[in-house]
Amino acid sequence: MEKSKKIGEFLLNYALYILLGAILVTVSIIKPNFIAINNILNIMKQASTKGILALGCAGIIVLGGTDLSIGRMLGLAAAVTASLVQSVTYASRYYTGMTEQLPLIVPLLAAIAVCVLLSAINGFGVSKLHMHAFIITLGTQLIAYGANCIYIESQPSGSAQALSTFDRNFLDKAAGNLMIGTVRIPYVIIYFAALAIVMWIVWNKTRLGKNMFAVGGNTEAAAVSGVSVTKTIMYVYVLAGVLYGIASFLEAARIQSVGANTGINYELDAISACVIGGVSFTGGVGTIQGVVIGAIILQAINYSLYFLGVNAYLQYIIRGLIIVLAVAIDVRKYLVKK
Amino acid sequence: MDQHQYMLEMIDIDKSFPGVHALDRAQFTLRPGTIHSLMGENGAGKSTLMKCLFGIYKKDSGTIRIEGKDVDFANPKHALDNGVAMVHQELNQVLHRNVMENVWLGRLPLKKYGLVDSKLMFAETMETFRDLEINISPTAIIGTLSVSQRQMVEIAKAVSYHAKILVLDEPTSSLTEKEVDHLFRIIRKLTVQGVGIIYISHRMDEILRISDDITVMRDGQWIATKPANELDTNELIRLMVNRDLTHRFPGKTNKPDGTMMSVSHLSGKYEPTFHDVSFTLRKGEILGVAGLMGSRRTELLNTIFGVFTKESGEIEVDGKVIDISSPEVAKRNGFALITEERRATGLFPLMNIYFNTIIANIGKYGKVILSQRKIASDTQSSIQSLKVKTASAKTAIRSLSGGNQQKVIIGRWLLTKPEILLLDEPTRGIDVGAKFEIYQLIINLANEGKGIVMVSSEMPELLGICDRILVMSNGRLAGIVERGKDFGGVAGEQEHILKLAGTYI
Repeated sequence: MEKSKKIGEFLLNYALYILLGAILVTVSIIKPNFIAINNILNIMKQASTKGILALGCAGIIVLGGTDLSIGRMLGLAAAVTASLVQSVTYASRYYTGMTEQLPLIVPLLAAIAVCVLLSAINGFGVSKLHMHAFIITLGTQLIAYGANCIYIESQPSGSAQALSTFDRNFLDKAAGNLMIGTVRIPYVIIYFAALAIVMWIVWNKTRLGKNMFAVGGNTEAAAVSGVSVTKTIMYVYVLAGVLYGIASFLEAARIQSVGANTGINYELDAISACVIGGVSFTGGVGTIQGVVIGAIILQAINYSLYFLGVNAYLQYIIRGLIIVLAVAIDVRKYLVKK
Repeated sequence: MDQHQYMLEMIDIDKSFPGVHALDRAQFTLRPGTIHSLMGENGAGKSTLMKCLFGIYKKDSGTIRIEGKDVDFANPKHALDNGVAMVHQELNQVLHRNVMENVWLGRLPLKKYGLVDSKLMFAETMETFRDLEINISPTAIIGTLSVSQRQMVEIAKAVSYHAKILVLDEPTSSLTEKEVDHLFRIIRKLTVQGVGIIYISHRMDEILRISDDITVMRDGQWIATKPANELDTNELIRLMVNRDLTHRFPGKTNKPDGTMMSVSHLSGKYEPTFHDVSFTLRKGEILGVAGLMGSRRTELLNTIFGVFTKESGEIEVDGKVIDISSPEVAKRNGFALITEERRATGLFPLMNIYFNTIIANIGKYGKVILSQRKIASDTQSSIQSLKVKTASAKTAIRSLSGGNQQKVIIGRWLLTKPEILLLDEPTRGIDVGAKFEIYQLIINLANEGKGIVMVSSEMPELLGICDRILVMSNGRLAGIVERGKDFGGVAGEQEHILKLAGTYI
């Protein structure tokens, strides 16, 4: 009986991995050419930007919060990035006074600044005003969207079209590939891996990481142990902002054209990646490796559906079901049975 | 007089919460290297006073001096930085994290590049534990430890701050007598080093054994401060409750007769829980349930009431086996449960007294549209019969005092016309006067032939009104003490209960 209980627990803990593994196997059986290095790299590449977003929002979920503003925040920061990396030979560029390409650090820092500012507003709302993360991030989502539309509409050319025609150097660095023999490894995968390592260290080896788990796991215990709950929450949101900024910069290069709808619903992918990866909405539980795997698995599903030629609207339905399933299983894992 | 005779002085501390004057010019002093106990009934303001010292609550007025200097800690960190550490009554721990991270929370040691030094943390935790003769792995996940182990970790954590002033708020509520002795050795060692200890406990014998000075509080006020050797149990009780023990409880008039419920081999399903508990309850009986924190008394009541899932066992009422699968079924079978955590699982704090009175009985007021007239009359009669002090039935329940809140909740369940009442710490956080009224109410209910099961951590209360006392120990039934038999009076019974409580630990 003990053994069957253990097996049940194992199945529950790894249900998603098992299920998703089954999906991948099914896809490869239907279309054997699915297992190819290019497909795998494509999945990884697509998982990378969303994965970086997930690395940021995972901390917020560990705190017991959530972040609905990610997508629109990314839209705004990507628009700012785009306006700063447009080719100076492009006549209807945003900053017509710009006659020389800016060093890439400038658009990168600008994107980070935009996301840090908005994420800090979220953090302030949660830590100081004691708002629920759901509500404050819903507010900033709208603010970011409005700001993005205004920014794109105030192009000097009078156009309200998406911002495009980027500098070659930017595209090379942000969306280029590293050639190893004949294999082209997208830089973005390397950036994602590097950021995942940094975040793993932050989560497991720094005070901020440990305090984050403490605040998320038991706020009262953290407070009476002398942890500044407010500061911890603020830092986690600011750090999330930094990651969102980097993701925005990379995403601008990937899509090469930034409009008012850029980023829409990205928060859903980021949050789903976290939940699939075992970051619990009850707070205080989660790992970086889980988030990384979650992001990859989620993208693998998207890619498989696309690969199988599943109807685009049906894809939404399936992804929605996956989120529901993921949370249903997650809740079961941490449910205190009475 | 030397102005540094006291390392801590708390003068005229005032603190109010909505509806409660929690501290009313409270006083407290502490001499270096001594143990000063703070006594008083639940709700007397002991914890509140200590929380004001530790920066968890902000005092409304008054002065706190440490070594002659005025201080007012804005938060616990501030207090810890200034040499004040505290073991909290609630075990404030992060359950998913390990022991050493919990011990070092708020001051994690760093090595190069701002990284946390886990090795140092491990070594220092080991050393502290070795010093204190605690045998727990620093890398064990807190949530997997027993309640008493968790309590020892909290004590070790507080000691590891090397504070000048150490506050221990109910540190022994889950410890066996052996562990209490262990704790006392630790405390004595600290006093030799000049540490001042503030000790809060309910256990009279402990207090008299360990203390140098004792301060008694009642209803948020300072009542007396005396050297421990000038006090005895009776005097302490008189100071605490302002009446003699004989007048602390109403006269027992109930006459238990005939079994009404028998519970056989009942076990809860999900750990931590209790196993194989059997007992009977007679008509008109008040059956007490004693035990340490973590002895699973609350789980027992909640399982009988169908809140928790049972694994096996039978509950028989009036000779018929009933299967209680949910509180709804329990209610239909004449059970009522007054929960331990009034604020968390009893009150609807923002709602008014009408709502809080009728909510367990809402089906009786109409199928679709509820009869406001009937609601009003039931609420009014409940307020009158239980003597609830409130401006109006429209008042939000959270602005009532603890005692009046509890009366409303008892009233709520009486409206369901229960035969068996399960009461979990029914007088917690209630002032002395209201306690007396609640005891009277319980006895009256027993007089009407109702069966009452009452969990309490206050021994005098159990000894004061119960007919029999069931003792739980670490999830098992350790014994049932028949009152007025075998143990040569109340003192012997108390001693026997304490011994039973440690049986399975």
